[in-house]
Amino acid sequence: MTRDRILTAAAVGILLAFLWFADRTFSAYSIRILNTIAIFSIVAVTYNLINGVTGQFSLGPNAFIAIGSYTSALLTLSPQEKAASFIIDPIVWPLSVISVSFPVSLIAAGVLAGLIAFLISVPVFRVRGDYLAIVTLGFGEVMQVITNNAVSITNGPLGLKGLYPHTTLWWSWGLCIFTIICTVRLVNSSYGRAMKAVREDETAAEAMGIDAFWTKTLAFTFSAFFAGVAGGLLAHLITTISPSLFTFFLTFNLLIIIVVGGLGSTTGALIGAVLFAWGGEALRVVEEPFTLFGYDLPGIPGMRMVIFSAILILTMIFARSGIMGRREFSWQAAIDLGSTLLQRIRRT
Amino acid sequence: MDTAFVIQQLIFGITLGCLYSLIAIGYTMVYGVIRLINFAHGDLLMVAAYIGFFGIVIYHLPWPVAFGISILLTAALGILIDRGAYKPLRDSPRISALITAIGVSFLLENLGIVIIGGRPKSFPRPSLFEGDLQFDQLILPYLSLWVLGITVMLLTLVLLIVHRTRVGMAMRALSRDFETVRLMGVDVDRVISFTFVLGSSLAAVGGIFWCMKYPAVEPFMGVIPGLKAFVAAVLGGIGSVSGAALGGLLLGLAEVLIVAIQPEWSGYRDAVAFTILIAILLTRPTGIMGEELPK
Repeated sequence: MTRDRILTAAAVGILLAFLWFADRTFSAYSIRILNTIAIFSIVAVTYNLINGVTGQFSLGPNAFIAIGSYTSALLTLSPQEKAASFIIDPIVWPLSVISVSFPVSLIAAGVLAGLIAFLISVPVFRVRGDYLAIVTLGFGEVMQVITNNAVSITNGPLGLKGLYPHTTLWWSWGLCIFTIICTVRLVNSSYGRAMKAVREDETAAEAMGIDAFWTKTLAFTFSAFFAGVAGGLLAHLITTISPSLFTFFLTFNLLIIIVVGGLGSTTGALIGAVLFAWGGEALRVVEEPFTLFGYDLPGIPGMRMVIFSAILILTMIFARSGIMGRREFSWQAAIDLGSTLLQRIRRT
Repeated sequence: MDTAFVIQQLIFGITLGCLYSLIAIGYTMVYGVIRLINFAHGDLLMVAAYIGFFGIVIYHLPWPVAFGISILLTAALGILIDRGAYKPLRDSPRISALITAIGVSFLLENLGIVIIGGRPKSFPRPSLFEGDLQFDQLILPYLSLWVLGITVMLLTLVLLIVHRTRVGMAMRALSRDFETVRLMGVDVDRVISFTFVLGSSLAAVGGIFWCMKYPAVEPFMGVIPGLKAFVAAVLGGIGSVSGAALGGLLLGLAEVLIVAIQPEWSGYRDAVAFTILIAILLTRPTGIMGEELPK
């Protein structure tokens, strides 16, 4: 146990040193990718909690990210900026005068997203399986319609512009580490075991005295809270948000992340998020003009999503457990793996 | 608000409702047989519209030929999707097949962007469906009559197939108990393929008429009609063909009438369907015509 703690602390230390190094030397583009990885990791790890660990197939994280983004953005913009950007309809009263600091706005984003998740869990968890998927998908669509139409709150399709880029590597990765610690501790607690029991067999879990409804609500609210925080980070990373950012497409990306990483594995969700954010950038080459064996090929816009969709389908058909399955990273396993590899190298 | 206005809105509502019904029937049949929400169903509508568009505009085919080819190819694509993506997952958890279906849906949409491009194309409307009848202030487009007529005809046809033929009997049996039907010597895969053919052809017909009503063909055009048709299928009682038709009709009427009564709510039109969905799942999950689901 002590050894694992030391190793974890060392790993976090190395990560922080790397971030410090990256912060000073990397290009703005690379830093942006690192930030994106952290934000995707926050959402993926907590989305996996509801979809993978608790086994409730939600398709609504885009709604909670949207709630978080808008809450945080509306709270950090100054009253003058808000008055200037709301040109169709003036902004409603309390929002028009409030302006708070970035950390407070992030907490508010998480709390509001979590609160809404808590409130809708009563109707949502009346249904199961694919009906649950459709209801949460429907919630996402309703949220989309609201952000487009509640012009005096969200500024409609124009969105919010000119946010201060508060999201630095320290904010995004700091919160990412915090999220991972919270999620891992939750999964390993008795609540986490209850969530797994509900996933395996809801009736049996209830017979053992687990309140399935509260367990699901806990996972759902927890997941929405961090999706909201991640939304706030995202808004202050890209500095311009509009409803079109938070369509079902966003959920689809998260779904690829957790399925490819392995549904039910926090480690898998992390690996998936890193692969997705990095791979998404690396695959940009297929959408730009490129030269292959002396031929000039035009770029194909949209090709990346074709590749991602194909990866999702192929993963489901041929490798349904993804990269990690339901296994988690542990130092013991890593050491064992390392020593077997060493032995093999020595033998040859 | 006078009577003419109300009747006019009813006509629009029924036309929209019929289109939802055509798409919803395919959804409900596939769900009834293999218990899968076929997310790609809405995108079949887009594929059918594109094939029709290319047939008429690029290859200058007469429209009945172009529409016929469109329906045939869409039906073939339906079988291909089932055999390629869903069949390998027949015995796995239902959520796996659902994730695959979402993947297929995005694959079709993005293939549309890659192959054809994202710019909307304007769908040609054959002269037979142009024009309208005028009574006083009332406008009755010929297209509405065609849509209503064809929907009623196809609904009757599907009901006859499901209730009067052997393959229809097999489909109804499959929706009750998969394993037993297989043990009785029914070629389950052929029945499922037949279901996809029927459902995809209806989606193709729905897609072609959808484009004649809203003549913009683009890769994401099938998403919203597809989702709403699913809501219609749930509203009517999933698995029930006449329920899907009724659900589609009610949903179309509800959307048009709400906007007609409260024009300032027009932006929220797309939220109506999902509000209905949540309400129906909370109060009567089996829908209007649905049977009690076995536990």
